[in-house]
Amino acid sequence: MESAKTYSDTVVRQFAIVTILWGIVGMTVGLWIAAQLLWPVLNFDISWLSYGRLRPLHTNAVIFAFGGSALFATSYYVVQRTCHVSLFLPRLAAFTFWGWQTVIVLAAVTLPLGLTQGKEYAELEWPIDLLIAAVWIAYGVVFFGTLATRRVKHIYVANWFYAAFIITVALLHIVNSLAIPVSVGKSYPIYSGTVDAMVQWWYGHNAVGFFLTAGFLGIMYYFVPKQAQRPIYSYRLSVVHFWALISIYMWAGPHHLHYTTLPDWAQSIGMVFSLMLLAPSWGGMINGIMTLSGAWHKLRTDPILKFMIVSLSFYGMSTFEGPMMSIRTVNALSHYTDWTIGHVHSGALGWVAMISVGALYNLIPRVFGRDKMYSTPLIDVHFWTTTIGIVLYIASMWIAGVMQGLMWRSVNDDGTLTYSFVESLEATYPFYAVRLLGGALVLSGMFVMAYNVWKTVEMGRRIEAVPVLEPA
Amino acid sequence: MSFGWSLFVIALTSLNILACAWLINWSSKMNIGDGETTGHIWDGDIVEGNNSLPRWWLGLFWITIIFGCGFLVAYPSFGDFSLLKWDQISQYEEEIAAAEAVYGEVFAEFAATPLDELKNNPAALSAGRNLFANNCSTCHGSDARGARGFPNLADAEWQWGGDPDQILTTIRSGRTGIMPPFGAALDDATRQLLADYVLSLAGREVDAERVAAGEQQFRTFCFACHGLTGEGSTLLGGLALNNEIWRHGSGRSIILDVITNGRNGAMPAQEPLLGADRTHVLAAYVLSLSDED
Repeated sequence: MESAKTYSDTVVRQFAIVTILWGIVGMTVGLWIAAQLLWPVLNFDISWLSYGRLRPLHTNAVIFAFGGSALFATSYYVVQRTCHVSLFLPRLAAFTFWGWQTVIVLAAVTLPLGLTQGKEYAELEWPIDLLIAAVWIAYGVVFFGTLATRRVKHIYVANWFYAAFIITVALLHIVNSLAIPVSVGKSYPIYSGTVDAMVQWWYGHNAVGFFLTAGFLGIMYYFVPKQAQRPIYSYRLSVVHFWALISIYMWAGPHHLHYTTLPDWAQSIGMVFSLMLLAPSWGGMINGIMTLSGAWHKLRTDPILKFMIVSLSFYGMSTFEGPMMSIRTVNALSHYTDWTIGHVHSGALGWVAMISVGALYNLIPRVFGRDKMYSTPLIDVHFWTTTIGIVLYIASMWIAGVMQGLMWRSVNDDGTLTYSFVESLEATYPFYAVRLLGGALVLSGMFVMAYNVWKTVEMGRRIEAVPVLEPA
Repeated sequence: MSFGWSLFVIALTSLNILACAWLINWSSKMNIGDGETTGHIWDGDIVEGNNSLPRWWLGLFWITIIFGCGFLVAYPSFGDFSLLKWDQISQYEEEIAAAEAVYGEVFAEFAATPLDELKNNPAALSAGRNLFANNCSTCHGSDARGARGFPNLADAEWQWGGDPDQILTTIRSGRTGIMPPFGAALDDATRQLLADYVLSLAGREVDAERVAAGEQQFRTFCFACHGLTGEGSTLLGGLALNNEIWRHGSGRSIILDVITNGRNGAMPAQEPLLGADRTHVLAAYVLSLSDED
């Protein structure tokens, strides 16, 4: 469709809008199960609404529906702009949209029904896994096809990260989901025992590393310099931290299995490579934050930039925390406590959600034919509710987690354990309440965003296709 | 894991670390100066600077790499080789031995005391309460008053006997109680009669004719475990039915369900987990509970 000479933005618009929808849905489910921990009666004795079934629905909705849609929207947007061409096979891109939405709807139906493979972040049963694989391969064809037809020689760094994310997620998903079906709704993994656990956490931690990190670094590398109107800080830093990050992440999974039947050598390698991830992770943070040098004053007036900078700060914080938690002796305290939940959310809300939101506030007016969002003060409101909500969430889970870890290992003079599990649970209730409040603040911000986006889209009723920019 | 796979992992991890070191070295030799841009422009206005890597950041990377290499040699990472000869099983065994050296004596002293005496020893009961909270309360409840399917240990009713020795045996070796399902063996009418008879044993008002008919069936199919008058049998773990204490619920439909489908009760053996001394202390604690009533 080179003759049209306009960007294929329909699929970008679609993914951008559903990102907000699924964000609200996923966070609402999260809020509900956070409330269930305080008031278990909220499952109403209905199996579909029980914690064990809604929790995977929450994680799948926020990671794959919300985060995934944000990645689709931004990658399709960025790859066209930085390659100076329109999308390769736009119809295939349309298939990825409808295919991905089908996956999400199927997940929302099957998980509450209790159909699950029982693998964390890979719960969906085999027919849905097959559809995911098909959508993902189509995604790869569209993305790499667009890259291949680019009209500039150099591939922009954002696209390296998107490319690594797309290739690796395909590999992770296919290898970890290999299973023998016994019926439409049931299958058994081809791995068993410790091998199954290791494959699962190789997948699980790289889902963090490539889905939730590399992909969103792709977002960062395009939208931060765009919004700040400043050059990326350092090309060579991006080269070093890109290759170091994607190679080292591959080994980090075993830190989820410290002090288990996993052989000692695998645990050690998992820990060491997690520690070595600290600097490469911070490389991305430095490149983002230092891009603002000389433009710090913009933070005063531009809440979109605030979203991006604070998200990079949370990224730096959680990528410091992660390596520390992977140290065997620290892990002995933190593992199985709510500290892990706090850590995950400083990454998922602080980094992933905030950088996505910042990028969407930049992208949405541009693909809907407007100069800017309907209301800048409302973006500021969203920024503060989100930031305060996240701080409440992670601070309460830190305290709760360390408290639980210390209570579980506390012994009396006679060597017996001081506390039973139920006592540690009881002591956690106040922190569950604070976490619920934090989550409610974050969710309320999403509603503010939805309103702001609605008004923006409504104002720009007529959407004219954006012509492809000639390379410089 | 075979030696070949060990070599494979050693080669890959070492190469990965060496490649990172090479990468850092390569980047320091790039000749575009600080403050300059690479000259590439994307999307109209995106350009790239090419500042040197921050020295503190490089230092951090090197520290983690050097620490990592040291750790890989000190702890098992290259196959089973470990300079410090560490492994997690030994760490566990050493920590248990160290704890046993401190606390073992206390419990050995408790274990040497007869249960009838120990159940009045506040220090032993305090230890017993903590052991109970962490090992028994999941089924029997924090207050030891049980739950549906799990016996109340704070009353005077004992499925397997309430003598100190019997309680100790129950805790140490565990028990398996089986109520066989009679759904296939007896017709519905007979099972209905039995349910009515069981209710009458507990003192509920039931039609006299049905009680008489039920008693006849009871004395054929149930008495071996539950006793001729429903008094139960601690030898077989047959529950006493001649009282208002109900293990699985007291409604007629539940009783009928128990008769039809049976029930399995499993008390797991604790001695393999806690050892002889601590199970002795637990037995004293459980004994003390029924004394309080």
